[in-house]
Amino acid sequence: MPISGSKHLIQPGNYYLQGAQACAEGAMLAGCRVYAGYPITPATEIMEHFARRLPQLDGRAIQMEDEIASASVLLGASWAGTKAMTATSSPGFSLMQEVISFAIMTETPLVIVDVQRPGPGQGYITTSQEDVMQARWGHHGEGSIIALSPASVQDMFDLTIEAFNLAERWRTPVLIMAEETVAHMREPLVIPPHAEITVVDRVKPQDQGIAPQDYLPYGHGEVPPMAIWGEGYNINHVSLVHYEDGTVTRYNARTHFENVSRIHQKIENHIDEITKVDARFIDDCRHLLICYGSVSRTGVEAVLEARERYGLNIGFIRLKTLWPFAEARLRALVPEVETIFVPEMNLGMMIHPITEALRDRCSNIISIPSLGCLHTPDQILARIREELT
Amino acid sequence: MPVNDRYEIRIAGFGGQGVVTIGKILGTAFSVFAGINSVNTQSYGPESRGGACRSEVVVSQGEINYPYVRHADVLIALSQVALDTYLADLKESGILMLDPGSVQTVTDADHFRIIKVPVAALAHETGGLKFQNIVALGALHAVIADLISEDALKDAIQATVPPDTLAPNLAAFDKGKQYINHHLKR
Repeated sequence: MPISGSKHLIQPGNYYLQGAQACAEGAMLAGCRVYAGYPITPATEIMEHFARRLPQLDGRAIQMEDEIASASVLLGASWAGTKAMTATSSPGFSLMQEVISFAIMTETPLVIVDVQRPGPGQGYITTSQEDVMQARWGHHGEGSIIALSPASVQDMFDLTIEAFNLAERWRTPVLIMAEETVAHMREPLVIPPHAEITVVDRVKPQDQGIAPQDYLPYGHGEVPPMAIWGEGYNINHVSLVHYEDGTVTRYNARTHFENVSRIHQKIENHIDEITKVDARFIDDCRHLLICYGSVSRTGVEAVLEARERYGLNIGFIRLKTLWPFAEARLRALVPEVETIFVPEMNLGMMIHPITEALRDRCSNIISIPSLGCLHTPDQILARIREELT
Repeated sequence: MPVNDRYEIRIAGFGGQGVVTIGKILGTAFSVFAGINSVNTQSYGPESRGGACRSEVVVSQGEINYPYVRHADVLIALSQVALDTYLADLKESGILMLDPGSVQTVTDADHFRIIKVPVAALAHETGGLKFQNIVALGALHAVIADLISEDALKDAIQATVPPDTLAPNLAAFDKGKQYINHHLKR
């Protein structure tokens, strides 16, 4: 797809930006033209950047009365044919769960950035990974979710574009589980030539030659083509259990199962296509460190030092996609190892699916928790050495 | 600087002293105008003024993994609290820059290279107190001139500050630099 309005989009070149700004610029390159939000530290810089930049692209940045309303705007914008996103931080992310659930059931593409801060409650305004389970399980009801985990300013740009592409491709809400660390950090950012950036747009019924009278808004296959309001197709935009044509009467258990399991499986059947995992020093490693987000920056530093200074044969894995969980990918990568360390900025969350995936490969899986601040390399190294020497 | 070596600068004080701004200017100078990799991070409390505030710049010719300071080469302490909080992470023989008007007590003073610059007083001699951060930046440059050029820093100031404050900012930079050259390098 050619990128429209390109003279006002960020131009190819080298920049020094905050992660928050890189995220907003990536969104606009991916086609986002509506931002609705409610300010909250440490996510506010994303909104501020959109407020400055979207009017230049004939887009709209709106401050709403709260987070529920902010996320709800995305539903309407998306069905009107516009790519839309919001950003919030953990207390606001809790409020958005209702809309996430609605968007899963109505198969509405949208992007939500959670710049995580510690909880529970108002917690504090520093950094955190305490919402990674809420990302998957916070919304009520079934339905898989896609959640990405950026570790750098470049990731905040690249993964935001990818989030929009995944949302459009799979007709589903996509979450970017950022952290204060990556949102506030400034570092070099490379914007590639626009022609090299892949932008995916939703498939419409017109694209598949489906006439309005034949259109089923929740039919025609695993990922239904999405009609846009005002283009001549009738749409029942409904979050009750529904038939392929969007009707909700004549409820029965079989329809219920077909409806919800298709929405769940359209993600779960394509985990290898959706997920990304980075691995280093994995061949013949005796031990392993698995992490995600900004902790992977500390993690790789600790692993390099453990290998070089202490001669420990420890491998490194970073999950770039948290959900759906890349179980098969992980099992293909990980040999039998003696120890797995899982540093996280929470009291141990992703260690659970990791353990579930690898319990026959390793009997000693150790959490390295931190609350409210990024682990230092020394902190991770100390735990590794305590266990292995 | 050898590849993969890190040079770590930490600036700490109260919110409102321009701590975050000089971190941003330093990072921009290194990465945009001098072509050297850097990561700039910041940390502050919920208050817009008065709370503890910190910004950091990690510089390397290679990849920067851990984005925060591990063992600071430079600590600019603009308040006593900042000094008390962060002195422990300063390398032995590292550079400690402080304003004697706001920082009175330094423990283990023998372990560091202490540079006292009356940044607040010098700022009053130029455009006013709000330029104290740029005075400190000018003084810092006189100390780390082998790492980054004056032009790169001044270009970064120009790229960062509002255009109508450029002249007093550059004057404040020169004030800090000249103070070091006159008082401490002789």
